[in-house]
Amino acid sequence: MEKVTGKSIFKGIAIGKILFYKKGEQSVKRIRIEDTKTEIKRYEDAKEKAVEQLNELYKKAVKEVGEMNAAVFEVHAMMVQDGDYVDSVLNIIETQQVNAEYAVAITGDNLSEMFSAMDDDYFKARAADVKDISERLVNILSGKESGKNLGDDPIIIVADDLAPSETVQMDKEKLLAFVTEHGSSNSHTAILARTMNIPALIGVNIREEWDGKLAVVDGYSGTFYIEPDGQTLSQMEKQQKEDLEAKELLQKLKGEEDITLDGRKIKLYANIGGVKDVTGVLANDAAGIGLFRSEFLYLESDDYPSEESQFQAYKTVAENMAGKKVIVRTLDIGADKQADYFNLDHEENPAMGCAIRICLERTDIFKTQLRALLRASAFGNIAIMYPMIISVDEVRKIKEIVKSVKEELDVNGVPYGDIEQGIMIETPAAVMISDLLAEEVDFFSIGTNDLTQYTLAIDRQNMKLDNIYDSHHPAILRMIQMTIENGHKHGCWVGICGELGADPTLTQTFVEMGIDELSVSPTFVLPIRKIIREIKARKND
Amino acid sequence: MVKFSFVVNDPMGLHARPAGELVKEATKCTSKVTIRKGEKTGDAKRIFNVMGLSIKAKEEVELIVEGDNEAEEAAMLEAFVKENI
Repeated sequence: MEKVTGKSIFKGIAIGKILFYKKGEQSVKRIRIEDTKTEIKRYEDAKEKAVEQLNELYKKAVKEVGEMNAAVFEVHAMMVQDGDYVDSVLNIIETQQVNAEYAVAITGDNLSEMFSAMDDDYFKARAADVKDISERLVNILSGKESGKNLGDDPIIIVADDLAPSETVQMDKEKLLAFVTEHGSSNSHTAILARTMNIPALIGVNIREEWDGKLAVVDGYSGTFYIEPDGQTLSQMEKQQKEDLEAKELLQKLKGEEDITLDGRKIKLYANIGGVKDVTGVLANDAAGIGLFRSEFLYLESDDYPSEESQFQAYKTVAENMAGKKVIVRTLDIGADKQADYFNLDHEENPAMGCAIRICLERTDIFKTQLRALLRASAFGNIAIMYPMIISVDEVRKIKEIVKSVKEELDVNGVPYGDIEQGIMIETPAAVMISDLLAEEVDFFSIGTNDLTQYTLAIDRQNMKLDNIYDSHHPAILRMIQMTIENGHKHGCWVGICGELGADPTLTQTFVEMGIDELSVSPTFVLPIRKIIREIKARKND
Repeated sequence: MVKFSFVVNDPMGLHARPAGELVKEATKCTSKVTIRKGEKTGDAKRIFNVMGLSIKAKEEVELIVEGDNEAEEAAMLEAFVKENI
């Protein structure tokens, strides 16, 4: 057994024979041409054929991997017809009096070098696209068929690198996994592997003599076993079977309602920390976003984020969620997350200092965020949630500020939507006055992490206290119960967005308590949906 | 000549797909369309010119439209950019 490691792109297990994939040999000879007119005609024909092929590939890819991922072929077609590219080829043919293959190869090399020299990993990786279209043109010019017959058995593809056109031309039924030496996690192959849900490793030192051998790709550990021994093989087979069963089970739950056996509907939402996490929310079929942590906008930048950049981020998320609820938590900075430019005074106990209190003191920062949120609410179903509340007075002040921002927008004729406003219940104080708070807002979301630390007087950042930090402490559960009851009495819906919301051992307890919403990490949505659909909301019914 | 600026919001920057869409849109114009990032400029109708500027997330770029129909074409491009980039 041989064992090598690489970087895993997609978690999963694949077991099968290796096919060592070699690109068509690309030795392009420089040949002197007298009749450059004919040569140019030959190039123009090849260009036309390449565009035709790419349009076909685009159609095929749309069906197989979706429009977003297929767009690469549209871009390839554009590159083939690009003025810079065409001018360069024509110029080389005419001035150097050489064959079209050579002119294309040189042009491809030059342009791919331009990308390789860029300082951004994504753009660097585009050198592969230029090489790919140049190879396509050379293949057409020299009458070679591109693409390779993979044979009849399912295989693990081992290659130096794979161009997107190569992966799309492969018969997906037979593809078990990709293992490549080059390519980045930004490469189209990596993106396609993720979309196709097949394991893929990059950065593996590949060897041609592996061709035809039995192998296992372990996408969890990033290990590639060639000719695995009996023990490894049976272990991996077992894991693969479990994976498959779990996945099938969960996939069946996509599109299903979050409803208990006795008919109570639960809003099962997802927590996100940035715009890019929306993909995970949609892929896991969450019914909305229950907690969009807006801090990332502040922590990622060196200065206060502008209204415009915030607006764009909120708008993008709201639009992508297409009418599903998006609950954005306003700036919650200070405790364990700090940004230098806030110039906060040093605090002995930062967890007990800031958050909404910054917003009420520095209303300019808060108003900028509110304006961005309200403007974005015209593009989707946005709700606003305020963190770290301890008094009714705070909530009233916030509502006043929101009202004044709305009035400013009205004056300027800027549209905004109907927004729900809610608060985080994460301090014992808020729990104790939740009946009063409920009269002020539309919803509560219980932040169990902070609530636990403040209730048990245990600093979450202190590792030494980890063993006594008991999130199932009866005090916490009673507080949750109390919050739900007080919320309902006064017309608020109540959710949980802390880690406890995703604790499968408590789902039944929460549902029995009457919880309306659970917001969990995207990957927990389907497992929690499974539990909800198997339990009853009313005890002894 | 009509100019307008915009900020690229896609976290991956003006990557292949949006760059391609922009080129497609610019190609519809009869005007000359130039894309500028800082000191560097490129022909917005040419994908390699646009991608060659290596425009990353949050960077500001400017589109310069010159031609007989520059006003309406700039408006068309601005609307497109607002919606898609």
